[in-house]
Amino acid sequence: MGLTDNIKRALFTRGGVHPPANKLAASVKISDGPNPERVLIPLTQHVGSPCEPLVEKGEKVLVGQKIGDSEAYISAPVHASVSGEVASIAKFTHPSGRDALAVEIISDLEDTPAEGIAPAPDPLGMEPGDIRARVREGGIVGMGGAAFPTHVKLNPPSDKRIELLIVNGAECEPYLSADYRLMVERAQDVLHGARIISRAVGAERIVVAIEQTSPAAISAMRDAAGSGGEEVFTLPAVFPQGAEKTLIKTITGRDVPSGKLPMDVGALVDNVGTCAAVSELFLTGMPLVKRIVTVAGDGVTGRGNLRVKVGTLVRDVIDHCGGLEGGLGQVILGGPMTGLSQYTLDVPVTKATGGIVVLSKESIISEEPGHFTCIRCGRCVRHCPMNLMPYLLGSYSDAGMWEELESVYINDCVECGCCAYICPTKNPLVQLIKVGKEGYSRRKRKMETLKKDKEEKSLEESNA
Amino acid sequence: MDLSLVWKAALALGALSFLFGALLAIAYLFFKVETDPRLDELLEAVLGSNCGACGYPGCEPACEAVLKGEAGVDVCVAGGQKCADAVAKIMGVEATVSERGVALVHCKGGLSESTPKAIYRGIDSCAAADKIAGGFKACDYGCLGLGTCKDACPVNAIFLDENRCRQVDRERCTGCGLCVEVCPRGLIELVPRDQEALVMCNSADKGAKARKTCSVSCYACKKCEKVCEFDAIEVVNNCARIDYEKCTQCGKCIEACPNDVIVRVKPAKEHGKAPSAVA
Repeated sequence: MGLTDNIKRALFTRGGVHPPANKLAASVKISDGPNPERVLIPLTQHVGSPCEPLVEKGEKVLVGQKIGDSEAYISAPVHASVSGEVASIAKFTHPSGRDALAVEIISDLEDTPAEGIAPAPDPLGMEPGDIRARVREGGIVGMGGAAFPTHVKLNPPSDKRIELLIVNGAECEPYLSADYRLMVERAQDVLHGARIISRAVGAERIVVAIEQTSPAAISAMRDAAGSGGEEVFTLPAVFPQGAEKTLIKTITGRDVPSGKLPMDVGALVDNVGTCAAVSELFLTGMPLVKRIVTVAGDGVTGRGNLRVKVGTLVRDVIDHCGGLEGGLGQVILGGPMTGLSQYTLDVPVTKATGGIVVLSKESIISEEPGHFTCIRCGRCVRHCPMNLMPYLLGSYSDAGMWEELESVYINDCVECGCCAYICPTKNPLVQLIKVGKEGYSRRKRKMETLKKDKEEKSLEESNA
Repeated sequence: MDLSLVWKAALALGALSFLFGALLAIAYLFFKVETDPRLDELLEAVLGSNCGACGYPGCEPACEAVLKGEAGVDVCVAGGQKCADAVAKIMGVEATVSERGVALVHCKGGLSESTPKAIYRGIDSCAAADKIAGGFKACDYGCLGLGTCKDACPVNAIFLDENRCRQVDRERCTGCGLCVEVCPRGLIELVPRDQEALVMCNSADKGAKARKTCSVSCYACKKCEKVCEFDAIEVVNNCARIDYEKCTQCGKCIEACPNDVIVRVKPAKEHGKAPSAVA
């Protein structure tokens, strides 16, 4: 029996939490974001190798012009999002908190598009290889937050057959509503992008997965699909429903085995934002230079879902929404469960920034986190969507027992944050697990080199 | 009460205990585990803190490896030269004189010198803090001062002062290198014990930024490079580096440094005052 035969409307199988949804901007239509005078376009906006700059200081650039690329396979080029002059190529603060190389462009505010930007004549009739090449040149990455280069996902090894394309519209992070608005307003684009992707990988079935709390998106997608053959699935609203492996489990009932990828169970998951970006790339030829960002939270005056040019500073986006309100507590890029807290507003919006959540001083928890005082209540185990034992991951990491971390499958942790959210003693479990992952891989590398040395030594001895 | 019960029980139990005693004695004769008497002596000789710096799971496996000839007499890394001498004496060989350095943390920016970039609320460990947005200090290269190296040190040679700036007790340090491995920023280096002039900065930031991030940073002015007569100091990647082989400890660079980044310390002559080592 193939994968596509046993699809059923499954229930969320286990784990997960229910944080307050706070979808404050869900009713606000998508509008254009600010037209910034200065943008900072980081050369690392994706998983994989950073890009090398292709422009020089003082050079004039146009919208959609490629300004950075890499020879590495797992990488995606970056493009200018405004027309203007390159002011510098230097290290600037990146949303990750570290400094990274970025191209600073002073805009001429004219938005002149680059030459050679033309729609693809017949996207649905193109060869898979051509689709992949175009997607790569368009700099398209996963827009759900992980920013994995899409052309890599579209190129599964020949022995892996992808039967099912899941279009991920389960926006389970609180506050964020960018994907929801996209489905409501541009359902056709999403489906068009999904059809192009499914042609590239040869998927037989397309399933759009939406949480049951978004009825408007469900009906919009159903109307758009019409008799096209795409199915729309309603899923229970629970965090992290939109996580790739959780989604596959909910829809197909299949577990992605430890250390394997969705393609190993015949599925491919792409975010609705990615699908819309692919559609736009083929319909207009314009690479990924804008993305939809939700601005929400009680620390900002206005709220909305804005089409923001990649590289716009968070400060400009917040000012566009009316500025800060009350005492600023915390600014998070992405959702509050998995997003990155920022220490400055002078960071650029990247391809991976789905939201800017601004919280006031009153609404954040300012108490110190607990130190590792696990009371063995087992809540983290019950709520872990990956069937792991977070308290063990945390205590092994805390004690520096790196070898033991393998036996509790540390690399299967998706860092969704359910365990830390639910922990009654406020243990910073995700941080401990992040430390543990690094300690574990360092230890593994060390043991491998030791083993190699020993083998070489014994080989030498036997030769002598 | 029938008194015969008492002596019957005593007799039965006595007989049983003799029987089991005999069995144990026989078992001991046949299943005796031969241990090298030197193992106990070796366990006394090494540091005995099971720190794992040698690469073995603990002190006993390390000593067994010495007996088997798999490890050298200098197996106890944390114990230093004294332990090596003691182990060599037991094994009846000449101890090799190892030249282990002493740990140096290339940073002197504590809380009062280094500019913070964010408020950090999280686990009290450098490795954990470094994972969150690259640490809470504006300097991406300096010491975070949360004491991961302190916790790793098997001989308590590293401590933090009130300024959250770690200090190394150079007399006590045995040069095992455990701290070098755990520092998430790669700030710790083993330097020769007789080296007196040391650079206390690791910042690869350019001058202007380095000045902003920390009041005791090396901002690559290259004055030290110019005054050195022996070509022993060089600014590499915006930070001064001393070539310990060429350095004659003349101290000219120390005087020339405008930001007191190069300092003079007492040479750590004695090799590792390991607390429990037998001389």
